[in-house]
Amino acid sequence: MSRIKTLQSLFKRYRRPGDIVFAWALLILSVFLLTQIYDQTAYRSGGKLFAQPRFWPALSLIGMTVFAAFHVLGSLWSERIEGRWREVLMWVASLEYAVWFIAYAALVPYGGYLPTTVIFAVILALRVGYRSTLMLGAAAISAVCIVVLFKTILKVNLPSGLIYEALPDGLRQIMLTYF
Amino acid sequence: MENMLLGLEMLARWDVVLALFVGSIGGVVIGAIPGVGPAVAIAILLPATFSLDPIVGLTMLLGIYGSSMYGGAIPAILINTPGTAVNALTSYDGYPMTQAGEGHRALSLAYSASFWGGIFGIGCLILLSPVLALIAPMFGSREIFLAAMLGIILVILAHRGQIFAAGLLAMFGIFLQTVGLDAVTYTQRYTFGYSFLTSGINLIVVVLGLFALSQAFFLLTAPDSSPDAKPVKGRMSVGLRELMKHKRVATVASGFGVILGMIPGTGEFTAQFMSYTYAQKTSKDPDKFGKGSPEGLIASEAANNAVPAAAMIPLLALGIPGEALTAMMLSVFYVHNVIPGPQLFQNNIDLVYGLYFALILLNVIVMVFLLFSTNLLTKIIRVPTRFLGVMILILSFVGVYSLRNSLTDCMISAGFGVLGLILKRLNLPIVPIILGMVLGGIMEVKLRSALPRLKTPFDMIDRPIAFIIFTLIVIVLALHIRTLIKEVRAHQPEEDHDMHDSQTR
Repeated sequence: MSRIKTLQSLFKRYRRPGDIVFAWALLILSVFLLTQIYDQTAYRSGGKLFAQPRFWPALSLIGMTVFAAFHVLGSLWSERIEGRWREVLMWVASLEYAVWFIAYAALVPYGGYLPTTVIFAVILALRVGYRSTLMLGAAAISAVCIVVLFKTILKVNLPSGLIYEALPDGLRQIMLTYF
Repeated sequence: MENMLLGLEMLARWDVVLALFVGSIGGVVIGAIPGVGPAVAIAILLPATFSLDPIVGLTMLLGIYGSSMYGGAIPAILINTPGTAVNALTSYDGYPMTQAGEGHRALSLAYSASFWGGIFGIGCLILLSPVLALIAPMFGSREIFLAAMLGIILVILAHRGQIFAAGLLAMFGIFLQTVGLDAVTYTQRYTFGYSFLTSGINLIVVVLGLFALSQAFFLLTAPDSSPDAKPVKGRMSVGLRELMKHKRVATVASGFGVILGMIPGTGEFTAQFMSYTYAQKTSKDPDKFGKGSPEGLIASEAANNAVPAAAMIPLLALGIPGEALTAMMLSVFYVHNVIPGPQLFQNNIDLVYGLYFALILLNVIVMVFLLFSTNLLTKIIRVPTRFLGVMILILSFVGVYSLRNSLTDCMISAGFGVLGLILKRLNLPIVPIILGMVLGGIMEVKLRSALPRLKTPFDMIDRPIAFIIFTLIVIVLALHIRTLIKEVRAHQPEEDHDMHDSQTR
């Protein structure tokens, strides 16, 4: 019995609230992916095992499942920490900013890189709680600097917006190329 | 000698010099701001450097990599918040010194020790080059496969107390790189019929999500704060004189940095902890450690700054990155069709020497910059954290979108951003995913190309280098099992609280 207890204590580890939720989620994901191995990978008859296209996905997924199972065991055998669902809510809350990011990326090809970036910076600064003119101004100016640095100077491959098409001739060319 | 001159010539261009300045000074600033580390900066800048010459892009990224730890020491010492993850140990002794009114002494010692470590690392790199040029061609597919495997094993085992999580994430990384069209058999792997998965999951999209976007989400969801560091008075050059009294500690610590920097999967953390322990054990005043010991500060700063140069060794000589930052730099080489590995030392030795000299110059630039501008930096680091989050989000867009102008990439990256946030909040490591992706890819390719020459499994290790690496793998595993057995017998498993409490930057 004491040997089992010692083994259990070996699996105990320092962790934070929500660890067990993450552990179960990844175990389920690993098992799900592993069950798809026959559908999602091919096996070439006659080829060597190590050269099979199925070999590495299978190896990594088996490894993932085994490690995930031990990770779950470790979580189960460690004492429970309160606050796991509060932590999960925090993860869900971060999705909001993921949506902000995707929305920004989706709008740039229409609204143009410069205007969208400035507006996005100011609105997001408002959203996270800044109200002073100083902070909002700083957000707008930083946004302009980022655009000038990457699009105007470094000429990084970024889209110019459809909105620029409505501009008068000379200005349109400049905006399309540099902003 | 001729190659050295060619290397110097590579640097004698205005754009390279500019990149060096931008990289090294930018790196110090980025390192000094708690909340943005070199990984975030390199991830964001990576796609922007693709359009530059390899030497220009690499110099800039190398500048950020090599100089961020200098900057990271400032908040570690002044406000007990490490600027980059690897400055964690610096705060153990640096902050008590600040509390005792010796902030100026601590900072100047940290800079001097960093400089010592940095230059020592490059010295070793230059001295080792001829040996590397000799040994590197002996590395064939089998050897590189085994070295990559050793890297994966070490990165898992290096996360003591979190081995299952590290293993799980490393395997996840290996799995991620298999998704898409298999390059040899042209069969689909885990695409679930979606066309966007056919081309695979791009490493840079994952890196940007896991490092940059996750950091933005982390800062945006946490309460706003603004680090407040008090300026320090006095000349910054006094630390050099004090460092001379502790030459032994500084040199041994740099030695640890070099050795562990070369071994894939270990890096700054292990080097710091080992040299800190060494310094404490051999010190005349071991009780002072953690309470403001100059030796502790020197051990930690010299060790972590010796790592970047040493980490270039496996990257340049074998094409095997040892940690996340060199893994990102590897993609710069690939984009420019310069394949790091044994051939690099034969065909592009001037580039290698160019990088060495860039590393030396960068340490000098940073040191001179810091001697004059430490107080300016204490003002810059006051940027409120949520504002920083907004900026990282905007900058991440540049990185992800410029890659392929794809909204899908942005979505995948945002998904990895959420995953990264969860890992950061749970204090689980992110690096194993990245190393899994890179080393997993290397292992698959190298194993395939080694296969035709293998009749029996023993052929895998019938060459001297392959056999040595294989022995190392066995030793590493055996040592680990031995520690585990010891722990079971001692009835008290070692709990690891601080070593990896550092995923938040």
